[in-house]
Amino acid sequence: MSNKLHIKLNVNGKDEEFLAEPRELLIYTLRERLNITGPHIGCETSHCGACTVTIDGKSVKACTMFAAQASGKSVTTIEGIGGPDNLHPLQEAFKEHHGLQCGYCTPGMITRATKLLEENPNPTEEEIRFGMAGNICRCTGYQNIVKSIQAAATEMNAAASSTSEAVGSKEVEAAE
Amino acid sequence: MIPAAFEYYRPQDMAGVLAILEEHGDDARVMAGGHSLIPMMKLRMADVPHLIDLQDVGGMSDIDVGTDSITIGALVTQSDIIDHAGLAAAAPILREAALQIADPQVRYMGTVGGNVANGDPGNDMPGLMQCLDATFTVVGADGTRDIPAREFYEAAYMTAREDDEVLTTVTIPTPKGGWAYEKQKRKIGDYATAAAAVQITKDGDTCSSVSIAMTNLSDTPIYSEAAGAALVSTTVDDAALKAAMAAMLEDIDPTEDNRGPVAFKKHVAGVILRRAIERAWSRA
Repeated sequence: MSNKLHIKLNVNGKDEEFLAEPRELLIYTLRERLNITGPHIGCETSHCGACTVTIDGKSVKACTMFAAQASGKSVTTIEGIGGPDNLHPLQEAFKEHHGLQCGYCTPGMITRATKLLEENPNPTEEEIRFGMAGNICRCTGYQNIVKSIQAAATEMNAAASSTSEAVGSKEVEAAE
Repeated sequence: MIPAAFEYYRPQDMAGVLAILEEHGDDARVMAGGHSLIPMMKLRMADVPHLIDLQDVGGMSDIDVGTDSITIGALVTQSDIIDHAGLAAAAPILREAALQIADPQVRYMGTVGGNVANGDPGNDMPGLMQCLDATFTVVGADGTRDIPAREFYEAAYMTAREDDEVLTTVTIPTPKGGWAYEKQKRKIGDYATAAAAVQITKDGDTCSSVSIAMTNLSDTPIYSEAAGAALVSTTVDDAALKAAMAAMLEDIDPTEDNRGPVAFKKHVAGVILRRAIERAWSRA
């Protein structure tokens, strides 16, 4: 048995400190230790992206990071993006445009999409499909997820221009 | 899904890394992005009693684009490669290839150093680095040494890096001419059924130099000098393309797996090489 490590995380704005074995994967920290059960587990080979969270500005599959690696960092999960009373435009758009059915991929999808739109506020359909390629969905066939992200982008850009905020843009292009 | 227990270290400098490697020998492994190692640990295919996380070791996250050469720190991520404008201008094949590796989440974490040091023939950067004639710098207890990418790969997961050495830097002579990284894969995130890296220059209508390497068609990446030789001093016409494809097929040794039988892989390798050469030539 290995020594436990003292781990500090900021999760959705709240500081968390605990002792954990080095082998504790971040997805289990979130789900079982902190009861943040929006991020899901859909595979054990780092493909599905259901566990996607944002760590220090990067979309990360929380099943492929040890909590120890994330120590000292800020983690945002679907729960930190918005709630029933204050839906994020992406959450609203997934609801409005039927971007989910069983809902199992949705937390990872939306968390990833927040980052995609931050990097590329006006993505084409191709850029959305490529930018979301690390997230698998069994139910929707992706079509309505694309529509949801497009609708959220339009909504967010309208809100941004009405408040005259400068929006940083970074090109994300498809290779194929 | 559940890795075996291990001791975790996050040293602040390379001296700290080397000390742990020296103390624990084969029982210690360094980890960069963790997106090959952790999946292997979760399947219990990698046993790592002492895991050394490199993330706090400074000086390995820079991209320097010089006049004659480019240096890339081992901890530079695939998304760093994609986002670096100066690198895209100086060596566009790197960005083209990086966009075909894995998926967005994996590219935020996975590093150039991990990709080239891993030793899995499925990784794309090893062949790319052989095409570009890159040099890998490793550091160990006895100091640093340089290993050409074309001499680095010995067999699947076997490289010229010793267990107590850490790959720190990739150095690439600034590439010239047209480029292409062409990859056939079953889906996003898959390792290649076949992939080809081509860098080519022309003098008038004639090919003056070319470098060709193939991915995932042997237990190592394959730099095919013969395929290149078949193109030099030609106009890269159909006969020259066929000669290059035939020469390449002599150098590869694919094995059957879920991506297809050997005959199919050889067929795809030829198609992919032809496409890569044609695209690189159109950009030369």
